[in-house]
Amino acid sequence: MRKYSVFAIAREAMRGHKGWEQQWTSPEPRKDYEVLIIGAGGHGLATAYYLAKEHGITDIAVLEKGWLGGGNTGRNTTIIRSNYLYDESAGIYNHALNLWDGLSQDLNYNVMYSPRGVMMLAHNVHDVQVLKRHVHANRLNGVPNDWLTPEEAKEFCPPLNISKQARYPIVGAALQRKGGTARHDAVAWGYARAASARGVHIIQNCEVTAIRRSSNGHVIGVDTNRGPIGAKKIGVVAAGHTSVLMEMAGVRMPLESYPLQALVSEPVKPCFPCVVMSNTVHAYISQSDKGELVIGAGTDQYISYSQTGGLHIINHTLDAICEMFPMFARMKMLRSWGGIVDVTPDRSPILAKTPVPGLYVNCGWGTGGFKATPGSGNVFAHTIANDNPHPINAPFTLERFRTGRLIDEAAAAAVAH
Amino acid sequence: MLLIHCPYCEEARPELEFRNGGEAHIARSTSIADESDEAFEAFFFIRTNPKGLVYERWRHIHGCGRFFNAVRDSVTDKFLHVYKAGEAKVEPSALMANLPEHGAYANVPAAELNAKTPARKRATKDGEA
Repeated sequence: MRKYSVFAIAREAMRGHKGWEQQWTSPEPRKDYEVLIIGAGGHGLATAYYLAKEHGITDIAVLEKGWLGGGNTGRNTTIIRSNYLYDESAGIYNHALNLWDGLSQDLNYNVMYSPRGVMMLAHNVHDVQVLKRHVHANRLNGVPNDWLTPEEAKEFCPPLNISKQARYPIVGAALQRKGGTARHDAVAWGYARAASARGVHIIQNCEVTAIRRSSNGHVIGVDTNRGPIGAKKIGVVAAGHTSVLMEMAGVRMPLESYPLQALVSEPVKPCFPCVVMSNTVHAYISQSDKGELVIGAGTDQYISYSQTGGLHIINHTLDAICEMFPMFARMKMLRSWGGIVDVTPDRSPILAKTPVPGLYVNCGWGTGGFKATPGSGNVFAHTIANDNPHPINAPFTLERFRTGRLIDEAAAAAVAH
Repeated sequence: MLLIHCPYCEEARPELEFRNGGEAHIARSTSIADESDEAFEAFFFIRTNPKGLVYERWRHIHGCGRFFNAVRDSVTDKFLHVYKAGEAKVEPSALMANLPEHGAYANVPAAELNAKTPARKRATKDGEA
């Protein structure tokens, strides 16, 4: 792999840009690998990358039924934050946040991580109490989070309307300054390029149709539409399709898959400096570097694999956006789309060993997995390499639904869903 | 938005009138305190989450207010069957056999369903236009 640098750009400028290499190779699958990762989204590719980089395992294939980063990695609203309530969540999301810092240098790929601040608005007494509780919990966990008055919030984000006459007046805000956004495609491409450079095989258009097990129950490989592939260990990182894949190994999961929608507006000049979320009116918004407003809507109420949600869900979110930011009322929305998110009963992910020896699962990120991409891949690689979880993901077991040790972010979520 | 046929009101109404009640045919134990942890986990947390036919509960909350069951294809979101609470579950094979749009595809290889000649040529022939 040729390193990207200012000199590389200068060199290629002289040669008419004819020397740029393919970012990753697309080899034919071998018969056997040490580790198979099912799902070439951000989390799967990051897992492969950290397995190669930190654990010295390079005999890896990442299998993808569609195209690389074409699932939820390419469909999310790219928001990064770690202001979760519980210690376990703060641990894993802040681990990710620390990796976002310096990720571009690590991968030699500009993932456009922009710590522009994530602001959560409070509109009533309950919001103030909940958000202040979050601020204090975050600070105890070493996650900087500030409480702002409406005036301070407006100074940080001028488009806010802090008039007391507003239908949902802003009475305060919590601000995580290190939160922000990143370029979602670049994250998948950057991890793919860096993993490929270390010898990882990335195999697209390769759908897993069965998981094979030996007589003692240990996984021995998978069947795919490109033939059988053997493996000693298999990591399932398949987001909305996790239940389908785990069923192939006879494991029933505590997951339900819902469509989650997002939309972008036509691109406009820079007008919105940070990410703003409001749980009460259910809206969140940021502006991409291309100039589009990026808006996240909610999930539909029913299970679906259709990657299409109901229009009324989007309408509801746009109502809230127009209410809070009247200046966007005449913006035209350019595109909307849906992704299939796998939601656990306690809204916390599962990164764990499974009852099947050699089979590992990284799922349940629900409506907010993008922010965790580097941290998730990092600790999941540790789990696969050592057949034992990293202390950070040790609480995120599959057994917690039996023992009752839930990480119940659902009850006091900082998330807008 | 889905159009959902309520078996009690006997008409199709917009999804906004309904609340999804999750997977159907999960029986609550009559003595829940005596359940083992495994059985409770299976009852309370584990879900089939199928890519295909979903057996689910709906409640016509802004209508008659009653619960009923439905079978829906989770890939197309098309309803295949709705039935009142307490009525027996119809097995997938029986459902598929009775549905013309699915029955027509049974045992016909996908390639034979495709037209062999392009539309502009077909238009000139009788019967195939």
